[in-house]
Amino acid sequence: MQVLYGRHHVRVFRFGLRLVRNEQVAEDLISEVFLDVWRQAGKFEGRSAVSTWLLAITRFKALSAMRRRKDAELDDEAANAIEDSSDDPEVTVQKKDTSEVLRKCLTSLSSEHREIVDLVYYHEKSVEEVAEIVGIPENTVKTRLFYARKKLADLLKAAGVERGWP
Amino acid sequence: MMAMNKKILQQEPGDIEALLPWHAAGTLSARDARRVEDALARDQELAKQYAVIREEYAETIALNESLGAPSARAMQKLFAAIDAEPARKPSGSLNISARIAEFFAGLSPRAVAYSAVLGALALLLQAGVIGAILAKQQGGSFQTASLSGPRQESGPQAFVRFAPDARVSDIATFLDANQATIINSTAGGMFRVQFGDKPMSKQEIAGLMTRLQNEKIINLAAPAQ
Repeated sequence: MQVLYGRHHVRVFRFGLRLVRNEQVAEDLISEVFLDVWRQAGKFEGRSAVSTWLLAITRFKALSAMRRRKDAELDDEAANAIEDSSDDPEVTVQKKDTSEVLRKCLTSLSSEHREIVDLVYYHEKSVEEVAEIVGIPENTVKTRLFYARKKLADLLKAAGVERGWP
Repeated sequence: MMAMNKKILQQEPGDIEALLPWHAAGTLSARDARRVEDALARDQELAKQYAVIREEYAETIALNESLGAPSARAMQKLFAAIDAEPARKPSGSLNISARIAEFFAGLSPRAVAYSAVLGALALLLQAGVIGAILAKQQGGSFQTASLSGPRQESGPQAFVRFAPDARVSDIATFLDANQATIINSTAGGMFRVQFGDKPMSKQEIAGLMTRLQNEKIINLAAPAQ
């Protein structure tokens, strides 16, 4: 268990944190995830990578945790996040820090878009693995990421950053 | 490629275009990667979009890396919960070991599986070695802490995980130098270790934990309640 925990806990934590947006909740989440793994190790059939299995459990638990929180709280949070990303475009451009703006916009994406961007870029999951973790068909994985990227481009444009796509 | 550009206008990704993010992350099959490479060499618009994707890829990694790591609280909570799990059957430790080895053998890629199994084996070996030290400390007959009568609880206790390559002599020296006693091993393979027989202040315990974390032969250390 220590080997497994040592190898995966940081990535599991970060994936959970990006979804629930609360460090305390994310920490509780990883304890629950690894405890589940401890209890169900015998059920792991080895058909997929262990990290894929862990991320699928984390996602399920994160969504449950998010559902437990009040809707109003989530709405406020989303509104604040969007406000953050759409500073006065001129001011943002003056900062000349596209990286910073891009990161803010990545944070402002919906949880559905955030998770798919993270799974593909940061967790380096294939189309098949993302489909398994999120529980959607492979073609939907591709189109969802495409739309997440389009949304990102819209947010960047609103913040005054033009990248020539789309 | 005209068809592909048309699809962009229609806001639907083309076949190859939809694969670009996975190409940037290096997770495509060799066949698909070749298809994407060929298309990128032919289509300037696609290459331009790929450059944008590479930027998104780099920033997503940077953003995630900036999130830091969980505190020791999460690990403590986990191992305390594992500790509180109902006891397994007498032959349980063997079953768990076999289960863990089997579990890691199922990992992919293969290299990870090999290293994980080796890690598990190293930990099992270490557990045996530490078990021997524990038995020696208790006068040759192994008993769990709960069966060994009233134990010294005045000194602070910590959950300690030794490095898989820690040698017996290193562990013995460490225990001697710190007047430490291994109380028991937890279900998760951590060891509960008691330090001395005098209570310590919170500050002293924090200092002890820092010192333990800096020990080469220790991978993880957290205060035990």
